[in-house]
Amino acid sequence: MSAPTGITRATLLKDLRLEWRSKDAINSMLFFSLLVVVVFSFSFDPSAEESRAIAGGLVWVAFLFAAVVALNQTWAREIRNQVLDAYRVSPAPANALCVAKTLGNFILVSILETLMTPLFIVFYRLRSIGPAWQLLVVVALGTWALVVNGTFFAAMSLRTRSREIMLPLLLFPISIPAILAMVQATTAILGGEGARFWIVLLGTYDLVFTTVCLLLFETVLNAE
Amino acid sequence: MTDAAPVISVSNLIKQFGRFAALRGVTAEFPGGKLYAVLGDNGAGKTTLLRTMAGLNRPSSGTVTILGAVKFHDICQQVGYMAHPSLLYDEMSGMENLAYFAQLYGITGATSRARCADVIRTVGLNPDLARPIGQYSQGMRQRMSLARALLNDPKILLLDEPFSNVDLHSANEMVKLLARTRDQGKTIFVVTHQAALLEGVADEFIWMEFGKIVARTREFKAPESTGESRR
Repeated sequence: MSAPTGITRATLLKDLRLEWRSKDAINSMLFFSLLVVVVFSFSFDPSAEESRAIAGGLVWVAFLFAAVVALNQTWAREIRNQVLDAYRVSPAPANALCVAKTLGNFILVSILETLMTPLFIVFYRLRSIGPAWQLLVVVALGTWALVVNGTFFAAMSLRTRSREIMLPLLLFPISIPAILAMVQATTAILGGEGARFWIVLLGTYDLVFTTVCLLLFETVLNAE
Repeated sequence: MTDAAPVISVSNLIKQFGRFAALRGVTAEFPGGKLYAVLGDNGAGKTTLLRTMAGLNRPSSGTVTILGAVKFHDICQQVGYMAHPSLLYDEMSGMENLAYFAQLYGITGATSRARCADVIRTVGLNPDLARPIGQYSQGMRQRMSLARALLNDPKILLLDEPFSNVDLHSANEMVKLLARTRDQGKTIFVVTHQAALLEGVADEFIWMEFGKIVARTREFKAPESTGESRR
């Protein structure tokens, strides 16, 4: 049998190839985020000071909702033609699939963030007073927190009839500590304050939930 | 493999979906190297039996033993499974699909390319066909699905409705391929509504009714109905 890393790589490349051909997830995510940026900027027209105060919440809420689109799409492909069954009858480990899907979603959401961040900066006249490099750490840890739980709960809601509704219902409550840490850390860095506590909290959250998701994924994958 | 050594044993297998019993105490032994046609009306439990053998459904009670193992994962390398849906990605070509699934079975690199091309040719398709599976005809998709099931050179093939939506010529070609595969010593289960295609080819016809095996015949001859009502 291939090493789990080989299967993870093969699954990740397959997912990226499918997304490159269909562009289902990335187009939906971009369109949704763009709407949030434009609508909120025209609704509030905030000053630079106000922007720093609300940007953390706004940015992460936009990314969170947009990520849900990608998370649902990832598993929808596996349900079409029941392809997931072909994986389940193979000797490939369940965790290799979990890691590949999480990495794939991480890449997609990261692309979205890279494309949307300049727009946020322009529309909300954002300028960081604190060390901007820390924002990169917050973005990486925050994105991982969203996608690792999101991938897991999307798999869990896979066989439910209204999985598009189930995913946010399961994902959002459990993501509250992470969202709080992301928003507070972003706001603190933009406002020139320290964000060390929130970054450590986010890192710990990632560690705990990544471990839990990996431990439980096989059960979720084989649930009837 | 001799007749005395069953490759699959099913013991008092029950599968409940809520209050509905899809399998109601199935007990049977299946010697290796044979082609079994599993027949019955819709809802008789054929697909559930096959999916339970393939480890996709957990039995509510009872056991399935395949090649001496009770846990499917221990012998999954030896089993090929084909479902009614294609189990393939519509956006990828046949070769891309098979190359991905080959990796799941530890077949990589040049071996993978050769093996994938080989099984695609075996089912009568062209490995160089670049268009995505979504643009294949239903018959081609079924044959590619069979190619995927053959990829890991399994000892046991579990095939659910392999001939559905396939034209007669292609279906006959598939039957010949299955007969050749059986002659290589492999054990094949075919769930089908087109049993006539397997007449003279299948070694045994397994007749199911209301979640039970009601008869096993060497000839394609339907047994008297048990008259039992669905519960």
